[in-house]
Amino acid sequence: MNVVVCIKQVPDTEAPIRIRADGQGIDEAGLNLVMNYYDEHATEAGLRLREQFGGTVTLVAVGPERSKEALRTGLAMGADEAVLVSDPALDGADHLSIARVLAAVIAPLPHDVVICGKLSTDDNAAVVGPALAEFLDLPQATAIAVLQMDADGTVATVHREVEGGIEVLDVPLPAVLTVERSLNEPRYPSLPGIMKAKRKEIGVRTLQDLGLDAGSVGAAAARTGLVRLDPPPKRQAGRSVDGDAAEAVAAIVGFLKNEAKVL
Amino acid sequence: MTADVWVLIEHQAGIPKKISLELLALARGLAQALNGQVIAFLPGAQVAGIASALGHHGADVVLIAEHPALAAYTTEGYTAVLADALREAGSPVVLMGSTAQGRDLGPRLAARLSAGIVTDCASVAVADGALTVTRPVYTRKAIGTVAFAGDGTKIAVVLPGMYTVPEEDAGHAAEVRPVEVTADLARIRTTVRETKTIERETIPLTEADVIVSGGRGLRGPENFAMLDALARELDAAVGSSRPPVDSGWVPHDYEIGQTGKTVSPVVYVACGISGAPQHLAGMSGSRYIVAINKDPNAPLMQVADLGVVGDLFEIVPKLTEAIKKERTKR
Repeated sequence: MNVVVCIKQVPDTEAPIRIRADGQGIDEAGLNLVMNYYDEHATEAGLRLREQFGGTVTLVAVGPERSKEALRTGLAMGADEAVLVSDPALDGADHLSIARVLAAVIAPLPHDVVICGKLSTDDNAAVVGPALAEFLDLPQATAIAVLQMDADGTVATVHREVEGGIEVLDVPLPAVLTVERSLNEPRYPSLPGIMKAKRKEIGVRTLQDLGLDAGSVGAAAARTGLVRLDPPPKRQAGRSVDGDAAEAVAAIVGFLKNEAKVL
Repeated sequence: MTADVWVLIEHQAGIPKKISLELLALARGLAQALNGQVIAFLPGAQVAGIASALGHHGADVVLIAEHPALAAYTTEGYTAVLADALREAGSPVVLMGSTAQGRDLGPRLAARLSAGIVTDCASVAVADGALTVTRPVYTRKAIGTVAFAGDGTKIAVVLPGMYTVPEEDAGHAAEVRPVEVTADLARIRTTVRETKTIERETIPLTEADVIVSGGRGLRGPENFAMLDALARELDAAVGSSRPPVDSGWVPHDYEIGQTGKTVSPVVYVACGISGAPQHLAGMSGSRYIVAINKDPNAPLMQVADLGVVGDLFEIVPKLTEAIKKERTKR
């Protein structure tokens, strides 16, 4: 089974961010950049399918040259190959354009399953996975929490968390799947894996290599654009109650009744 | 800019979901700014009974797309039917909820129509003639303002709990029109085997005005029953921070935070939750926060509107009793 996993490099969610003075992005100086959290789960899912059925796991990323580091994390986990699309003409591209670029990379590769994280923790869009499925004309299942492949690897049965329930879905391959964190526990890269990943050649492609025109996937084609980033509104600590349980209960009931007005 | 505002209606058991009514309220304001109509798009099988309620909630037109193959949501079925209808509609604004369905459908539909799409919108407004949204990014460490560009269809996938559902106006009636379903729905490749209802004492997190949530301070799975009891009195949903999920006390669908759900209820009652950044990322959009914690220095106490220092095992049962009394007074 040949698996393609889409990877994005993002700021470590544990670290604070600094919004640039012009509000047009974040200051990258000193920022710790890592593989998007959900993409680790996507890579793990791909590796498990390879262990079950044989085949290859290929990682694909679109982003600046530094994204190679995130790809190396996936290679160190055990992926076979990695491809990066890097082109300055993609500055200002929207999510649909990124999905178009990914589709152009993936279409000629053997792909029984394409796996993405359910979202990336930087811009939180969750757009690329389903858009990629559309551009590849494949069925999709998003935010899956369980993945079971039938014995001959032709149909995936997946669970999706929906409001108040679990949807059980049969998805014939080839397909695009986006994954939840509860799907699996990603493995740590092994030391030999890390050594091997360091030596691995990561192919870099430009839009021209893919036969894409900057006018159709770059900033000019973007249907949405960032106006600015602002810090979130500061929440001030309100009142504090430190007394016996009766005082505490009276304070909460009073708050729910008079301020929040839900009683 | 003149445009109609479409709302994709989600429904269950013959009743529109709360998020869809919230979106109709948002759509009314947008349609006024855009000199357009509010169009409720209602896909399903035997759903015509829902149409009049949509009129009372602000729809000018209800488009009913009925087909047996639309009884359960599928990505391909809904994308095909909506894309066909939208291609006939000029370039409207389309609102859908940031739900399991909306997040699955919106991007696929946008890709099919080459439409602009922004997900997880906290607000949608017309500013300087452009449709502009705000949305949390970088795990809520920043708020992004994003503008749509160009003349095409614009899809905004909106977070639940951001807009208030107004009182029904029985005098506002919608024009109800059936939509001919011409898409080849035999081409749907996925099969919904079943939707298992999760047996819960309480309502879904995304539908709730009040959320009662538990953290590590609950010490064990058996103590979530105490939160269920409080939630029943408050018509609340029950959630959790990450540690109870990681410890296997509650299933993953309880989790609120960076790796779980984003919620924005009127009141969030946090019991024994310290307030790691990963948790704050999912709930700091709540209108009011009440925190009950032994530790006055817990990070969540620093953002709570009401911080209660004390033993939740003593406070929560007494609070449940007090609220029960309060409610029977009326």
